Amino acid sequence: MTQELVNVTIDGIPVSVPKGTMLIEAAKQAGILVPHYCYHPSLPSPAVCRMCLVEVEKFPKLAPACVTTVADGMVVKVHSRPAQQARESVLEFLLINHPLDCPICDQAGECELQDYVFQEGRAGTRYADYAKRFNPVEDFGPDVLYVPNRCILCTRCVRFMEDVARTPVLNVSERGDRAYIGIDPGEQLDHPWSGNVVDLCPVGSLISKDFLHKARAWDLDKTASICPGCTQGCNMMIDTRDDVVVRLRPRPNLEVNRHFMCDVGRSDYRWMNRGDRLEAPLVRDGQRLSPSDWDLAVERFAELVRAAEGAVVVLASGRASLESFGSLRRLLDGKDVTAAIKVPLGEEAPLAGVPNLALRAERVPNLHGALLAGLSDPWRDAVARLDGAGLVIVLDAELSDEETSRLAGARAVVILHTVDDDRLKPAALLLPVTTMAEENGTYLNRDGRAQRFTQAKAAPGMARPAWWVLGEAGARLAPGRETPATPAEAFADLAGMMPELDGLTYAELGLTGRAIRAVSAPPAGAPGAAR
Amino acid sequence: MSAPHSTGAAGPGAAESHEPVFAGAAKARLEVLFPNYPTRQACLLPALWIVQEERGWISPPAMAEVAEVLGLTPAYVRGVVTFYTMYHTHPVGRHFIQVCGTSPCHLCGSDDVLKAILRETGCGELGRTSPDGRFTVAEVECLGACGFATPVLIDDDFHDSVTPERVAGVLAGYP
Amino acid sequence: MGYPHPPHPRESLLLSRYFGDADAQTYAGWVKRGGYAALRKALGLTPEAVVEEVKASGLRGRGGAGFPTGLKWSFMPKPKGLPHYLVCNADESEPGTFKDREIMRWTPHALIEGCAIGAYAINAERCYIYIRGEFTEPWRIMTAAVEEAYANGALGADAFGSGKRIDMVLHRGAGAYICGEETALMNSIEGKRGNPRIKPPFPAQSGLFGMPTTINNVETLAAVPHILNQGAAWYKDLCLGNPKSTGTKLFSVCGHVMKPGNFEITMGFPMKDLIYDLAGGMRPGRTLKAVIPGGSSVPIMNREEAETALCDYEGIIEKGSMLGSAGFIVMDDSADIVYEVYRLAKFYAHESCAQCTQCREGTAWTTKILERILKGQGKVEDLDLLLDLSDQMTGKTICVLSDSCAAPIVSGIQKFRGEFDAYLNHSRKPAMAAV
Repeated sequence: MTQELVNVTIDGIPVSVPKGTMLIEAAKQAGILVPHYCYHPSLPSPAVCRMCLVEVEKFPKLAPACVTTVADGMVVKVHSRPAQQARESVLEFLLINHPLDCPICDQAGECELQDYVFQEGRAGTRYADYAKRFNPVEDFGPDVLYVPNRCILCTRCVRFMEDVARTPVLNVSERGDRAYIGIDPGEQLDHPWSGNVVDLCPVGSLISKDFLHKARAWDLDKTASICPGCTQGCNMMIDTRDDVVVRLRPRPNLEVNRHFMCDVGRSDYRWMNRGDRLEAPLVRDGQRLSPSDWDLAVERFAELVRAAEGAVVVLASGRASLESFGSLRRLLDGKDVTAAIKVPLGEEAPLAGVPNLALRAERVPNLHGALLAGLSDPWRDAVARLDGAGLVIVLDAELSDEETSRLAGARAVVILHTVDDDRLKPAALLLPVTTMAEENGTYLNRDGRAQRFTQAKAAPGMARPAWWVLGEAGARLAPGRETPATPAEAFADLAGMMPELDGLTYAELGLTGRAIRAVSAPPAGAPGAAR
Repeated sequence: MSAPHSTGAAGPGAAESHEPVFAGAAKARLEVLFPNYPTRQACLLPALWIVQEERGWISPPAMAEVAEVLGLTPAYVRGVVTFYTMYHTHPVGRHFIQVCGTSPCHLCGSDDVLKAILRETGCGELGRTSPDGRFTVAEVECLGACGFATPVLIDDDFHDSVTPERVAGVLAGYP
Repeated sequence: MGYPHPPHPRESLLLSRYFGDADAQTYAGWVKRGGYAALRKALGLTPEAVVEEVKASGLRGRGGAGFPTGLKWSFMPKPKGLPHYLVCNADESEPGTFKDREIMRWTPHALIEGCAIGAYAINAERCYIYIRGEFTEPWRIMTAAVEEAYANGALGADAFGSGKRIDMVLHRGAGAYICGEETALMNSIEGKRGNPRIKPPFPAQSGLFGMPTTINNVETLAAVPHILNQGAAWYKDLCLGNPKSTGTKLFSVCGHVMKPGNFEITMGFPMKDLIYDLAGGMRPGRTLKAVIPGGSSVPIMNREEAETALCDYEGIIEKGSMLGSAGFIVMDDSADIVYEVYRLAKFYAHESCAQCTQCREGTAWTTKILERILKGQGKVEDLDLLLDLSDQMTGKTICVLSDSCAAPIVSGIQKFRGEFDAYLNHSRKPAMAAV
């Protein structure tokens, strides 16, 4: 059933939007951003900041665009003189108590107060020689600091905790210009999703201790990625400076995580910066593992696969991409394969106010990609078959000491790994691969949504994406066949192999992904099912 | 002037055990109000009045108790308590004096009445409790008795038409 | 009654007839004086008929907005199974206004009866009376009166045997002027901070607890029994000026007059006579300088405007101000306009709820500017700054507290500029010590 559309004109630009749309959203369609603070598409609108006042023909007063619904024939002016004056005045009012902290404030460079003042504010304040309101910094803990002097009382943080996290642990205290954001003295801001208030805060009032004074916003490179923390698949940005990951932030995706990500995912980036990496392919020559070039390494890999008799066991990381699973399938075509991924489990932590959004118990991003690609054997079974296996391929899985020692029972072991690890040195081949932060790839989340992540930092040394390593070895086994040269081709190759992926291409996935035909629940006993 | 508020450390009285307010008669006084409202939350202002009547002020543990009784969070209750100026968030003298100072009363000499009260009570300053613990004085906004300037509210007693000359006599009634 | 003074012959004693009469506070005393006949009559009519009667009378909201009451009642939807609520706004906190206090103190049953009729008319089974926390005496008196009304069958599950339920709940405020704003009042009853709500939705669609609600002022509801008793046409005829302003109004006259008090006059009464005749005129040796007629949230009237205005909604608009709540603040030539404007700005800054930027920051900033002017440290640019800030504080916010702060500032500067200049050019000594 088609939605009823309404026609409005915004700054002379005609747009057609569904009935019930707010002017501020309708303006986005016209390519116009109405300046605002308290409004947020994922929060209830209180219309308190008064920044979004726009002129509407025939209305006696300026109207707040965030709570004014479109009406057919409405003529709206965002950039008329009265609207601009109103915004200029709101900015002046906000700056009378806001300290000139920019030189020491983390928000500088990504601060909405800076942005709008620069765009439309007054050149100087008329608030001469009066004292600014002063309150000391408060530690809301564990990661959030509150700087009351910078607070513009937009109340996004209060509304997030109350309406989205459904844990009203923040309040507005006092009244008038004495007001500030309060937290109950006995409480901490330790809700599993509370880090989002730092993103929501338009200014540097709520800041992250982890990021405190670490890097300037304009020094950061920002890359679209997918959180590898669990099967939810929250879309995120990886912020790097000089090739070091300094921060993870949520990226909006209305189908998956709206504007949020959980604190576990947010804080788990240090592993992306590890320096103890494998940097060259290591090939066994008798007793020794010697550094080699890729040609030799993949040739040797192909030989080992060709010669493998009996069981082939694959132990893979849940962070491996769909592309690498695809290349793996090609490589092991025709073999007797037991393939499993390791799925660490943790406690689920839903974000109550958003349907179908939670930190999931399965703490890997591509469990469902693995299942789709056939890596659906229980981990325990795979480990049990190590003894006497013809070939074992470890795809960056984190193995326990016990599991590592059982590799010795296999006739040949090829390990594709990111981190250097002496326990793996008995392998026949130890090949350096990239982490998901160093490559382009795709994950399939628990709702069957295929989502791309892109390369945020350079690969160390000679490390290559796993899909390339596996693809090259596969090429040696089937000369003449076209092998993927790019991740897009690797994905297309995979999509060609699996009817569920329906011939999808990277272009169709874009950066917000696409839900594929329903993925059925994992069979009992498979990874992801209760162990 | 900045409002005194917690920096995460426990406030006064928090470390000592809190004797529940809503027990016995006070509990009954609250529960009789429940049928008057479709939500427990709506009983918040009446509940806070009961706390203040029983204890003279509303401490952080008392806020936590109210929160629990009504199914709210302590942070929420605190946000409401600090909004309304009649709720005391720290102890005050045995008798709390409110003197109106808004324009209509100012026109009729409320400044002199206030000065007289600060002097006679021994408080000397607004917001400070007198050394004998008897009085705390606050200047408040319009008390809604502008034709009877200057109105003075002492505890729950509303005194109309107070003049500097009458102050001593009025205060005498509050040991 | 010019209570606490004896009634002036030119007053029209309707609501204030029994001010000062202790017997009128009791149920029995009230019935003796004709009370509760109107409620019985109303219960015999349909709710729609009651609404029509009040509409026809021309009664307008006495809390400040002056919105036609019958029309407001007619906005309530047809009963559809959702509870309807009547809310009586007894939060009287507008500086200069002290009429609702007297109505509750002396004639509590008049209010109860008016509320009961109003509740019936809008198909509400429950009425909340929100009394400001500082009104301890009205609280005690109203509590006792409500108990009596229940005991005598006027309230309860079966009001006067009509089969209709009318319940009344008294709810105590706790010190917030902003809770006199109807949507903030509803939030306060709901146990929230007294923040005004955005409109739409309007209370008649989604009000108290999200249900259809009507909010009326004490004085408005107290007039309703009289309309029922003596008819809409009679009430409509109580008019000396513009036919759109009917009935009587209590003027709370305070400040620099010989006889401050509540004077009940028919709408359209000459303001000059209210000041010089009823309220006893100026103190010896003093002349009238200014009047703020509507409670403090309206433009200041100068002497010429005050002496030629008629006391009704339109008459005062004609002179550039508003009737508002008729909290009538009189200032003679001894008054320091600059100081009083400052003190009012300080009031609004104290009462701002903190939601809207212009109000939260603007009320405090304008107070600071005025304070510096009074300390002799003001700059010439300060007046234009005050006017500019006031302009940006008007018509831009969720409620009109911000506009109310701006009104005395703008009118003060426009009409009494000389007094401001005197501080700026130091021809007048500072009124406050520069700290």
